[in-house]
Amino acid sequence: MRRIGIDVGGTNTDAVLIEDGKVAGAVKAPTSEDVTGGILDALARLASTGVLKDGAGKAKRIDGVMIGTTHFINAVVQRRHMTRVAALRLGMPASASLPPFCDWPEDLAALVRGGVWMVEGGHEYDGRPFMPLDEAAVIAAAREMKRLGLRAVAISAIFSPLDSSHERRAAELVAAELPDAAITCSSDLGRIGLLERENAGLLNAALADLARDTIAAYERAIADSGIAAPLFITQNDGTVAEAGLARRLPVYSFASGATNSMRGAAYLSGLQDAMVIDVGGTTTDVGQLRHGFPREANSVVQVGGVRTLFRMPDLLSIGLGGGSHVSLDPLKVGPVSVGYRLLRDGVAFGGGQLTTTDVAIAAGVLTLGERGRVAHLDAATCRRVFAEAGRLAEEAIDRMKTDAGDVALIAVGGGAFLVPERLPGVSRVIHVPHGDCANAVGAAIAQVSGECDQIFRDLSRADAIEAARGIAADRAVAAGAARATLQTIETEDMPIAYLPGNSVRVRVRVVGDVAAGV
Amino acid sequence: MALREITLDDIEALAVGAWVLGTGGGGSPYLGLLNMRALYREGHRVRLMSPHDLADDDWVAAVSNMGAPLVGQERLTDSRTIARAVSLMERHTGHRFAGIMALEIGGGNSIQPLMAAAHLDRPVIDSDMMGRAYPEAQMTSVAVGDLQPCPLTTVDVRGLESVVESVPTWKWMERVSRKICVEYGSIASTCKAPRTGAEVKRWGIHGTTTKAIAIGRAVREAQRRHEDPIAAILAVEPGKLLFRGKVVDVERRATEGFLRGRTRFDGMDTWRGAAMEIAFQNEWIVAWLDGQPVAMSPDLICVLDSVSGEAVGTETIRYGQRVTVIALPPPPVFLTPKGLQHVGPRAFGYDIEFRSVFQS
Repeated sequence: MRRIGIDVGGTNTDAVLIEDGKVAGAVKAPTSEDVTGGILDALARLASTGVLKDGAGKAKRIDGVMIGTTHFINAVVQRRHMTRVAALRLGMPASASLPPFCDWPEDLAALVRGGVWMVEGGHEYDGRPFMPLDEAAVIAAAREMKRLGLRAVAISAIFSPLDSSHERRAAELVAAELPDAAITCSSDLGRIGLLERENAGLLNAALADLARDTIAAYERAIADSGIAAPLFITQNDGTVAEAGLARRLPVYSFASGATNSMRGAAYLSGLQDAMVIDVGGTTTDVGQLRHGFPREANSVVQVGGVRTLFRMPDLLSIGLGGGSHVSLDPLKVGPVSVGYRLLRDGVAFGGGQLTTTDVAIAAGVLTLGERGRVAHLDAATCRRVFAEAGRLAEEAIDRMKTDAGDVALIAVGGGAFLVPERLPGVSRVIHVPHGDCANAVGAAIAQVSGECDQIFRDLSRADAIEAARGIAADRAVAAGAARATLQTIETEDMPIAYLPGNSVRVRVRVVGDVAAGV
Repeated sequence: MALREITLDDIEALAVGAWVLGTGGGGSPYLGLLNMRALYREGHRVRLMSPHDLADDDWVAAVSNMGAPLVGQERLTDSRTIARAVSLMERHTGHRFAGIMALEIGGGNSIQPLMAAAHLDRPVIDSDMMGRAYPEAQMTSVAVGDLQPCPLTTVDVRGLESVVESVPTWKWMERVSRKICVEYGSIASTCKAPRTGAEVKRWGIHGTTTKAIAIGRAVREAQRRHEDPIAAILAVEPGKLLFRGKVVDVERRATEGFLRGRTRFDGMDTWRGAAMEIAFQNEWIVAWLDGQPVAMSPDLICVLDSVSGEAVGTETIRYGQRVTVIALPPPPVFLTPKGLQHVGPRAFGYDIEFRSVFQS
């Protein structure tokens, strides 16, 4: 297996080549304003190390390029590149006083809300229809959307995670009127909680144009770099989606950067259960690995002020990093950072702002810039600054720990030098080679998943779950996973009391490593 | 008769304070709050009336939403439905209600009377029948007082309406109304047996809307000033700090329509080395510190996020959360032998003699 992993971060674009289970090359390039420049630059740097050619000077076969990106979540946070959305909710007469967009921040709603239609439909908790789907009203709504020039449509229905048939039927009817529409069904995105699931659908629809353009640009950049390999986009859960699916469901890649760095830490350290601290330029993320995957947040997650129920890694972010401002009297480290201006504004680089990187240079921990410019920082001062950074890290780790025993801590990211070698509650601190590119490594090793979500009848609960697991496993293998590596990562079952014959809806998700030679 | 207008800021505070008084259950007031924001945007206003200003022969409506919280997250509460339950009761009994009160001030049901009041232009009575949240119909002050449990109206958003005309006991009311609710799709807006002004004055738990607003305001102001929100609650309520720690285990199971289970916490700060365990049935019921029962229903056990001061519910509490546990004093009506029969630890299946945190 030979894969290139790319992490498009706010400051740097990192690229790594993973070959035969090892990191064969790793490079960093500055992220560019446009989508492609940074990727082209990073791939050119990776090529210049020679790792993309074999002994005879021939280009090696690459099995896949996996890109992790914060592009889509940043668009929501920064209110840029959003498409106007038609919201169609199936559930009248219920929930009418709380229409789609009702709890959005006004500035974002003004940007995204193209129109709201609420018609009869939806289901009950036990599988009975709540109201029959009003197909005539759906068609009328679709015609109105067409008249208004809307092409992104988000459809939600009451209890669609239990029965998505009304959403599917409405999507067919809308597509018949608006053949070029990008349609998001809420049941593709989420769990129980109409408002939060609908919000996820609305955000997804609002990113339709951006996702199409961005992924096309990624494909161009890869082709222009002379690499003939399929493009995959990494997802919040540490798996990849082929570009076509990622284009349809961009919200699934919202938190992939953080997931990738934790998965990369697991891969580089060989540990499956550990705490991970990822120290960047501005912020430090602390999370916990369980069975090689980040522990997920199980409550409402706000994205750009919108409540959603995405499955996101449970992370604690604090304002500590390699660019953090340092003041000595009184002693203070962060939360403000010089960010990507580090190599201009830091004291060791001729600037006027003392940063944690300057202190590390003075202490001889880093060899960068001009050490003479920070010679006034004596050893005792450096120790005090490191102790303060260590205290901040310790507090964050302690808040994220879920049991009292000592745990192993993997330190990754460009600012990992700030993590002390000994911390209370931590059995050992592990620094790994290529830890500064852990997120690109995590992208490169992202896994393939298969899912089964259907209603089973006349089976015991255990047999139904087993049947679903078999179907999901076959789908994962068909998508390129190695069968021996498959693991079940999600199982959910909901009895449907109304349907005859002990009906139960089962959802199972399995993941596995990409099979060699795929 | 002095009526005070409730501001939208009061309602924002009420949503936070009622969640604290929910003692882990009662459902999040978030959707109710969204409804009230919309109603206030449309120009509706709600006034608050002291129960002491009721005439003895006034009639008062007591309202609540009943059903599974899961269904409430899909069929979002609509402010008009609860108003219809009240109107149905007026048509059925021929009374005109002088005001509308909450059955349960804890959680989402704290907002239901405000929604009905906005649509029907009646005052909200500053009183409820639990002073917190409880899972069952007989766990109210009016049930302790053996007041008449019927009639009851139930309304569904599709136009289904029914009246339970006569049942002999509160337990029967629980059984019959639960069946209707399940047929509706496990959610119904209800208007409970109408109460006279005299009954409300005798059996109501007074000032609880004001109390919830005060708690919520204390939390919100402390958050704004980056001060300790829990100290702020204890400054406005005569509560007791029981424990500070971290969730290390949550065990949940859904049985007989209730969410039951236990949560274990490891101590932090002055409680380092100590462990607390709290059992719940929708709401927090009994707390043990290092194996000894230290707080139990009817004392209010409130588990709060140590940083934000906001309540943590039994449905959403999770590993690793930093929490502070406080107790708030119970309504006196539940401290009588009859009251303890309804809501003491034995009513929830714990063979423990009730002892209040607030007994010295």
